[in-house]
Amino acid sequence: MEHYHMNLTLKVWKQKNNNDKGRFETYQVKNISSEMSFLEMFDVLNEQLIAEGKEPVAFDHDCREGICGMCSMHINGRAHGPWHETTTCQLHMRQYKDGDTIVVEPWRANAFPVIKDLVVDRTSFDRIIQAGGYVSVNTGNAVDANALPIEKQKADEAFAAAACIGCGACAAACPNASAMLFVSAKVSHLALLPQGDPERKIRATNMVLQMDKEGFGSCTNIGACEAECPKGISIENIARLNREYLGAAFSGSSNE
Amino acid sequence: MSLTGIFLILFLVVHCYINAQIFWNDGGHKFEEAAHFMGTNFIIRTVEIGLTAFLLLHIIQGLNLWLSNRSKRSVRYTVSAGNQTSAWYRRSMGVLGSLLLIFLVIHTAKFWIPNRASQISGNGELPLYHLMKDEFQYGWVVIVYIIGCITLSWHLVHGFWSSFQTLGLATHRYKYLINGIGIAFAIIVPLVFALMPLAFYFHWID
Repeated sequence: MEHYHMNLTLKVWKQKNNNDKGRFETYQVKNISSEMSFLEMFDVLNEQLIAEGKEPVAFDHDCREGICGMCSMHINGRAHGPWHETTTCQLHMRQYKDGDTIVVEPWRANAFPVIKDLVVDRTSFDRIIQAGGYVSVNTGNAVDANALPIEKQKADEAFAAAACIGCGACAAACPNASAMLFVSAKVSHLALLPQGDPERKIRATNMVLQMDKEGFGSCTNIGACEAECPKGISIENIARLNREYLGAAFSGSSNE
Repeated sequence: MSLTGIFLILFLVVHCYINAQIFWNDGGHKFEEAAHFMGTNFIIRTVEIGLTAFLLLHIIQGLNLWLSNRSKRSVRYTVSAGNQTSAWYRRSMGVLGSLLLIFLVIHTAKFWIPNRASQISGNGELPLYHLMKDEFQYGWVVIVYIIGCITLSWHLVHGFWSSFQTLGLATHRYKYLINGIGIAFAIIVPLVFALMPLAFYFHWID
C-alpha cells in the first residue's frame, strides 16, 4: 500500500473534570503519516499543543498493541473506530484521507464518568469483577495442565470468552449503556470450566447485582456490543449469563 | 418482556389460525363457527383476561425498560453509530411497539370491543364475518391494516429471537434454529393477516 501524508481536522471532547459540562475543541494536525496509529496521531497533536503552550488532550493508553484494554476513544460514532475487532491503538491512519474531519468523544455512560477529556473512570468494571469474577477455591500448587480433562469445545468457548480485555467498548456502544457483554464474558469463562463451577450461581447473581448497582442499562439484545467488541466476544455469552442468572434465581443462591 | 412476549406470540398463532378460516371461502361459515367457540367458551374467555393482562404488562415493562435505559446515558454521543453496528428495528422496538398499540386501539375498536359489548348487553355476538367484509371495503382501512402488519413483522423479527436470548435459550446449538423460526414466523403470520383485508377488498373471497 502506498504511504501518504494527510492534514486533518479533529473535533475532540474537552472536559476539565466530572463537574465540567465539557465541549468540543477543534484542532488541525498536519503531515500525518498513513503508517501512524490513531494514538500516535494524538501524540503528534499533543506535542504540537505543548509547543504552542496549550494544554494537551488527556487520553487513556497503555500497551498500544491491542491487548490491555486501556484505550477507549469513540471515533466518528464508533467505539475504537471503524475497524472490526480492533482497539483504538491498532487503528491506523491509512483509514483516513487528506482533509478528513474526525470527531473524537469519550465513552459515554453514566457508569463511566469522565475524569478528564477522553479519559473515563472504568472502575465500575473492577467492582463487578470484585463481586464474583474470580475463583476462590484453594488451588494449591500449579497442577499439570492436562490433569483436569475439559472438553475441547468448552475449553475453546471459555478461551474465547476469556479474551475480554474489559475495555468497556460494549457498554459504550450499547444504546442502553448496558454492560451485559462484559459481565457475560467474565461469567462464561469461569462457568464453562470445572474450576469455576462451585461458585457459578453466587457469581452470576452477585455480578449482575453489582452491574445494576453501578448504573448500567438493561440488555435488549440489540447486538451493537458484539459488533464493536475488539476481541469478538459473542452475544451467545449473554444467553449463557441469562441462563446462569435464571438458574441461580430459581435455586435461590445469592450472597444477599 | 420475554415471557409476556412469548405469550403474545402464542396468541398470534391462535388468532391467525382462527381468522384464516375465512379463506375456505364458504361465506364465513367455518370462521363464524370458530369465532363463536372463541367468543363463548369459558376457558378461552378466562385466558382472554390473562391475555389482556399480559398485553398491559408487556406495555408497562417496555415503557419501564425504555425510561430506565434512557437514564443510563445522560450525555449523549454527538456522532452515533446508527446502522453501522446494529439493525434499526433492534433499536426501535419501542417505536414499533407504540405503532402497534395505536393499531391495536383501531383494530379492537372495530371488532373485539363492539362484539364483547354486544354480548355483555345481551344482544349476542355480532356477525363478525360480515363486519370484516364491510370494513375492508374501505381503502384506508386496508392500508392501516397493512401498515399494522408490516410493523408487527419488524417487531417480531427482533422480538421472537430476543425473547429466547433473554431466557438464555439461544445458545450455540439453537441460535440459528431460533433465529430462522423467528424470521419465518415474522414473515408468515403478518403476511397471512395482511391477506385478509386484501382478500375482502379485491373480492378474492366473498
